[in-house]
Amino acid sequence: MNREFSHEGRKTLDASGPVMINNGVVTINAANMHYRDLNLLLKTHSNLAKRINIYNVYGQRYIGTGLRNNVEIHVYGTPGNDLAAFMDGPTIYVHGNAQDGVGNTMNSGKVVVYGCAGDVVGYAMRGGRIFIRDDAGYRVGIHMKEYGEQKPVIVIGGTAQDFLGEYMAGGILVVLGLTLSHGETHKAKFVGTGMHGGIIYIRGQVTHVGKEAKITELEENDVALLKPIIEEFCSYFNFNIDEVLAGEFKKIVPLSTRPYGKLYT
Amino acid sequence: MKSYIEPEFIVKRDYEKCIKCKVCINECTYGVHYYDDKNDIIRSRDENCVNCHRCVVFCPTKAITIEKNPTQYTENSHWTREVITSIKRQAETGGAILTGMGCDKPYYTYWDKILLNASQVTNPSIDPLREPIELRTYLGAKPDKLELELENGEVLLKTKLAPQLCAEVPILFAAVSYGAVNFNVHLALARAAAELGTFMNCGEGGLDKRLYRYGDHIIVQVASGRFGVNPEYLNVGAAIEIKIGQGAKPGIGGHLPGEKVTQEIAQIRMIPVGTDALSPAPHHDIYSIEDLRQLIYALKEATDYTKPVAVKIAAVHNSAAIASGIARAGADIIVLDGVRGATGAAPKVIRDNVGIPIELALASVDQRLRDEGIRNRVSIIVSGGIRSSADVVKAIALGADAVYIGTAALVAIGCTLCQKCYTGKCPWGITTTDPQISKRLDPDVAAKRLINLVRAWSIEIKEMLGAMGINAIESLRGNREQLRGVGLTDTELKILGIKMAGE
Repeated sequence: MNREFSHEGRKTLDASGPVMINNGVVTINAANMHYRDLNLLLKTHSNLAKRINIYNVYGQRYIGTGLRNNVEIHVYGTPGNDLAAFMDGPTIYVHGNAQDGVGNTMNSGKVVVYGCAGDVVGYAMRGGRIFIRDDAGYRVGIHMKEYGEQKPVIVIGGTAQDFLGEYMAGGILVVLGLTLSHGETHKAKFVGTGMHGGIIYIRGQVTHVGKEAKITELEENDVALLKPIIEEFCSYFNFNIDEVLAGEFKKIVPLSTRPYGKLYT
Repeated sequence: MKSYIEPEFIVKRDYEKCIKCKVCINECTYGVHYYDDKNDIIRSRDENCVNCHRCVVFCPTKAITIEKNPTQYTENSHWTREVITSIKRQAETGGAILTGMGCDKPYYTYWDKILLNASQVTNPSIDPLREPIELRTYLGAKPDKLELELENGEVLLKTKLAPQLCAEVPILFAAVSYGAVNFNVHLALARAAAELGTFMNCGEGGLDKRLYRYGDHIIVQVASGRFGVNPEYLNVGAAIEIKIGQGAKPGIGGHLPGEKVTQEIAQIRMIPVGTDALSPAPHHDIYSIEDLRQLIYALKEATDYTKPVAVKIAAVHNSAAIASGIARAGADIIVLDGVRGATGAAPKVIRDNVGIPIELALASVDQRLRDEGIRNRVSIIVSGGIRSSADVVKAIALGADAVYIGTAALVAIGCTLCQKCYTGKCPWGITTTDPQISKRLDPDVAAKRLINLVRAWSIEIKEMLGAMGINAIESLRGNREQLRGVGLTDTELKILGIKMAGE
């Protein structure tokens, strides 16, 4: 029977089974565990634990989704879609690749991925930071927002695909191109399509921007803004900050805050 | 470029009645009335008039009437004035024509071709003045079967029920976003919903924190732009609605014109002040029923499975198959919004030409879910031009669990359907975020008017139910035997699943 139709309520797990608690560190063995059970464990333990390690993660969705505290979670394996969706506070380290929808509508907190991520990283992200060591898929940072102090940041260490920063309304999106070989350009097309706020920084060559965005050179204050972000990125992945900063950066910003203002009468 | 467009309306002022008090000048936000001090007279700029009736209602001596411009183009049933004016406007601006509210074309309103049954002689009617008639409606997934257990002589429910919304009347306030309307409108809707024991949908523009106290009576919406969506918002509401589409503009996303994006709106939507709030048609994480399921369960995870999740779609050609997919994707409620569904801003061509009548969509969706044996898994809320208690009763008999009213609710608080919501200048203080004009909408008065409207409809619904000999709205749901069609073709009757009057 399809369990999600059964409305049977939450399953209670035998705490002595897949969970070990030692000195404030909770260790979960997620092998053969349904995401609903895994997330119930996370919700149960995250308010008290300093750190939660989850081993044998095989594509479970929604890890960290809706969590609202400051726990540190280490994911070993491959988490499924919507990792850290609607998340508000925790820091998640993924020791492996992530899939689609990392940080979907995330409010605050941090996600660090020691590998690649799939499509729509940081969809409508409202705050917090996402660091992907290697490449990411399509529509990274779509609908990213900001207001006042709440300013989300996404850094992709490698390259990203088409529609990067689509409909972006705020926040900072950085693509470093560290996985590209010498002289190789980013292949993303339609970068910043529908963009009406926020900034995209790209290290390396980008050839195709959406008609609502433009490529410009960095200014003094851009460097000041970028440096601490890249410093943090390098601190997770052991990159040399000077080497990263030495690359050629371009900035992509919206042409107007009302790209579709003249469309209607 | 000289505009060739002629005024649509002519303002008539009875100078015998006019006392030059200038109320009309102050009330009009479109700058129609002005004082000619040289001649000590009030005059009008007819070309600015949108026929909102604000001046008509507020003129203390009732000196103003608004008329359709009597100067007409040469009579032509094909090239109507509306068509000619649209072409001229587009030739002058090069823009797509924007409009507000719902489709105003004379397409079939099937409600008017459906009549209700009543008891005579052989089955007694019920007098609602003396006997209780139940309007309470539970919205949410119902189990396939109920398991009971006997404990100490007491029968206990063993089946764990999915979360439900309990509405004291089968009438909910439809989604109008914060930004499309101002805070006072949201406050009035929330207060009225709380007092009536029903729900208001806050729309896709987030929810002001001052309204969190009404959270038990608020359905929070998640649209593709994800404006105002954070864990607190999701958890404060009584239910969550994923907006895929809306009847006024199926296949088109939300579009809040920059004119209405004030500091307050920008803050809650987290976009720059004065920018258009763009909520494109697709959620870019949803390209399939499987993806929809992913979002439904992300929202359930984020709220610990404590709230029903609704999915709202516009009524389109293959709604029945889509609805089946939505039910199977794990939604608790399906919302169907018909071609008459309203909006604060939509391209006119879309509003008037895309989508299908809600009556046909509802009948086909209900039938499809019944045929597949999954009707119990979802509740159906319909919306899009529900005008009266009779429409509500007919909708429920056709298969709906409840209705959303949007336009009717706004009309109750002053809207006259002038269709200019997108300008942000609504003289009635409804579809404006201008702080000064917004003050015209007194939330206490507006809440009272909404409560009165729903109370009045409730009385009428009870009268109709009583006449049919039915004492609970539950017994009316999908009870198409109570409906008969007039002036409909065989195919229409077949799709509606009702008999011809006389049959």
